[in-house]
Amino acid sequence: MRDKKTQKNAALKPVRRKRSRWSQDDTELTLLALPTTIWYALFSYLPMFGLILAFKDFKISAGKSFITSLLQSDWVGFKNFEFFVKSNQFSVILRNTILYNVVFIILGIILPVACAIMIDQIYSKRASKTYQTMMFLPHFMSWVVISYFVYAFLSPSQGLLNVILKGLGQDPIKWYQESKYWPFILTFMNTWKTLGYSMVVYLASITGIDTSLYEAAVLDGASKTQQARYITLPSLRPMIILMFIMNVGRIFSSDFGLFYQIPRGVTNSLWKVTETFDVYIYNMLQTNIPIGRTAAASFFQSIAGCITILIANGIVRKIDSDSALI
Amino acid sequence: MSKQNESAMNRLNRIKPGTNILFNVIFIILGLSCVVPILYIFMISISSEASIRDYGYQFIPKEFSNAAYMFLWNERKTILHALWISIEVTAIGTVIGVALTTLMGYVLSRPGYKLKGFYTIVVFIPMIFSGGMIASYVVNSQMLKLSDTIWALVLPLCVSSFNVTISRTFFRQTIPDSIVESAKIDGASQLTIFTRIVLPISKPVLATIGLFLAFGYWNDWFQSSLYIRDDNLWSLQALLNNMQKNIEYLTKNPTIGLTLQDYKKAMPSEGVRMAIAFVVAVPIACIYPFFQKYFISGLTVGAVKG
Repeated sequence: MRDKKTQKNAALKPVRRKRSRWSQDDTELTLLALPTTIWYALFSYLPMFGLILAFKDFKISAGKSFITSLLQSDWVGFKNFEFFVKSNQFSVILRNTILYNVVFIILGIILPVACAIMIDQIYSKRASKTYQTMMFLPHFMSWVVISYFVYAFLSPSQGLLNVILKGLGQDPIKWYQESKYWPFILTFMNTWKTLGYSMVVYLASITGIDTSLYEAAVLDGASKTQQARYITLPSLRPMIILMFIMNVGRIFSSDFGLFYQIPRGVTNSLWKVTETFDVYIYNMLQTNIPIGRTAAASFFQSIAGCITILIANGIVRKIDSDSALI
Repeated sequence: MSKQNESAMNRLNRIKPGTNILFNVIFIILGLSCVVPILYIFMISISSEASIRDYGYQFIPKEFSNAAYMFLWNERKTILHALWISIEVTAIGTVIGVALTTLMGYVLSRPGYKLKGFYTIVVFIPMIFSGGMIASYVVNSQMLKLSDTIWALVLPLCVSSFNVTISRTFFRQTIPDSIVESAKIDGASQLTIFTRIVLPISKPVLATIGLFLAFGYWNDWFQSSLYIRDDNLWSLQALLNNMQKNIEYLTKNPTIGLTLQDYKKAMPSEGVRMAIAFVVAVPIACIYPFFQKYFISGLTVGAVKG
C-alpha cells in the first residue's frame, strides 16, 4: 500500500472543494459493498473475536446458546497457553513448521526462477508451452488425490519403489513407518506440486522484460549467463521479494493437506517429523481436549504469523521500500 | 526494429544447440514426472487383484481386469451422488464468490468514494491476521450452525482478500472514469452501472476469479472433513478422503445372489481406490489446459500493487 499517500491526496482535494457531503453515490456504493461486508464480518472478523476462547475455560452450558455459555465460562488467563507451550509436542511442531517452511521458501525461489530462465531459452516455443502445461498439472490436483499417487509408489507391499527394491534383491522399506525418509518425501512432494506454477509466474515476468536490454547486452558482447545475471535476475527482484514476504508471513502455518494427507493421517511413528501446527490443531479438534486449549494453539499461530509478516515487511522496506507490502 | 532484424538478433542471441538439447531433456523429465502418476494409477485400476497381489502395482499389469470399474458402476448411486454434491458446491460457490468479490472490488476501485479508506483496511487486515482454524470452526459450527449443510462447504471459501485485490486492480486499470461519470449523468444508479457496463467489459477478470474459485471448490476436502458428518453431503473429494480409512463404506448394494459379507470380501479394493482417485483427477486434467492462461493473467494482475 505504497500509494496510500497519493490516495489520501486524491481524496483530500475534492473533499476540500465540496466540503465532504455524503452523496447519493456513496449510499449506493455502500449498499453494493454490503453483502461482502457482511461476509467479512461473519467469516473473517467474528473468528478474530472468537479468539477470546483461548483465554476461557469454555464449557457448553446445557440449554444455553453458544454466546451465553461463552460469556459465562471462566476466564483462565494464560493457562491454556501454558498447557500448550509446556506440552512436549510444542518444541517439535514449532521446529517442524519453521524448518519445513524455511526449506520450502528457499527451494521455492531458487528452483522456479532457474527453471523459468531455462525454459525461456528453449528454441521451440511450442515445446516450451507443452512442458509448461505438463508441469502445471500438479497445481490442480488436490492433496487427497496426490496422496493416492504417492501411495502407489510407497505402498509397503505393492508400491513401485518396493517392487524395484525387491527386484534388485534389497529388503523392502516400510515407508509409512520410517521417519527418516519423510523430510525428503514431503519436501519433494511440495516442490513437485508447486514448481510448475511458480515457474510460470516468474516466466510471465521474464517475458515482460524489455527486449532492447538484451539486444544492447548482446552488442556489448555479454554472454547468456551474464545476461541472466545482470538483466533477468534484477528484473525479477520485485516479484521475488513479494513472494518472499508472503511466504515468510506464512512461516507459522503449513499446507495442511501436504502434512496430513501425504503421510496418510500421521501415524504414530511419523509425527516427530511430519506434524506441524495445523496438523496438531486439527488432530486436537478431533479429540475431547477442551476447546480453549486448542484455541490457544491456534491463537499462538495467528499472532506469530502476524508478527513475522510485519517484521519481514519492515526489513524489506529498509532494503527496498518500493517492494514492501505495507 | 524490423521483423527481420529482430529474428536475426534472436538467432544471434541463442543458447548453444547442445545446451538447448540439455534443457529440453530436463524439461521432458520434469514434465513427465508430473503427468505419469495419473497414468500409473489408471494402470493400477485396470490391473486384476491377483496380479496386484503377486507382482505389486505395475505400469503394464500382467493381467487386466475391469472389476474395479464394474464395482464402481454397481455403486454408481453413491459415486454419482458425490459427483452431484461436488458440482452443486462448485457452481453455487463460484457464482456467489464471483458476485461478492467483484462487488467489493468495484466499490474499492471508485476514486471518489467516501468510505474507500475504511473498506481498504477491512479487506487488508485479513491478509495479515486471521482467527485461525479453531475460531473459524467454532463460529461456523456453533454460532452460524453451518455443520452438515451445504453452506458449510460454500460460504467459508467464497471471498478472499487476494481475489478482491485482483478485481479492484483490474477495474481501476480498465474501467475509464469517464464512462462511469457519463452513465451517472444519464441517471444510472451504481447498481445499473455495475451490472450493465462494468461486468460486460470485465470478462477476463470474471473468468480468472471464477476459475480460481471453481478449482478451489472442486478440490476442497478440508471443509467436508471439518463440518460434514452426514454421508449424503460428501463430495467426491470427501469420499476419496474417507475411503483412505474405510473403503467398505462404498459397499452398499450387493450384486444379486451375494450376501453383503461375500460382496465386501469380493471387492477389488486395491483397484477401486485407484479407480476413484483416477475418476476424480481426470476431469481436471482434461479441462485445465484450456484455462491455464486465465490463471496466469490473474497471478500477474494480483502481483501488481495499487
